[in-house]
Amino acid sequence: MILNQILFYFFALLAVGSAILMVTRRNVVHSAVFLISTLLATAGIFLQLQAEFLFVVQIILYVGGIMVLFVFVIMLVNLDVALRQIQFNRQKYVAAVLTLVLAAQVFFALWVARAGLNLANPADKMPVRNTEAIGDAIFQRYMLPFEIASVLLLVAMIGAVVMAKRRV
Amino acid sequence: MIPTEAYLILSLALFTIGVVGVLTRRNVIIVLMSIELILNAVNINLVAFSRHFGSVDGQVFAIFIITDAAAEAAVGLGIILAFFRNRETVLADEMDMLKW
Repeated sequence: MILNQILFYFFALLAVGSAILMVTRRNVVHSAVFLISTLLATAGIFLQLQAEFLFVVQIILYVGGIMVLFVFVIMLVNLDVALRQIQFNRQKYVAAVLTLVLAAQVFFALWVARAGLNLANPADKMPVRNTEAIGDAIFQRYMLPFEIASVLLLVAMIGAVVMAKRRV
Repeated sequence: MIPTEAYLILSLALFTIGVVGVLTRRNVIIVLMSIELILNAVNINLVAFSRHFGSVDGQVFAIFIITDAAAEAAVGLGIILAFFRNRETVLADEMDMLKW
């Protein structure tokens, strides 16, 4: 139990710290590395929430797929000129106010809903075989969304190929 | 047993940091990475509620969101590459071809 809490706070601090560093770093490659660290910490949170399948998917797909794509594009696009320019735009006070209002709204909604949803006491009766349960759910109840997701991926693939073609 | 609200607050923190990144950075690649961070925060919410209610439905939706994130990253990075090839810039406030 105490180990569980230590793990949660470790991963949460790692995720939030890396996310802050990701948003504030000047160099895009450093940002990408800190985002990878955030995603790995999130994978740890998933494992700690007894979502073993998502833990593996997060590492293989996010860290191994999407972030590699990002780093490739950074290598193709990265300008030394861009590093010396101003990294933040001029609307930072407006952005700060908007973000604070947004965070306060979500926090208020959480505060109002916590008694109704009984947030302090999770049910904690997850199916023992996580991957098997997810497979059952995907291929029975969520069959149609699953197929639509495959069409979405096909469209995205065609779109990416057309966008990245040298002469459109 | 860690209460579900701890996960929701962690998710809120990550979401807020992602919104700050989207609103303040000039580099479009970092804006896209902040959007990935926001989607990731949503995933934490879904998985936390999946454990809260003791069913795997939330995890199935998290898988769909990861699919969306992959599609969005592929198309977005393709657009950035095409734009960079034409205009030699990745800064959001220099993308003003529609402005006159």
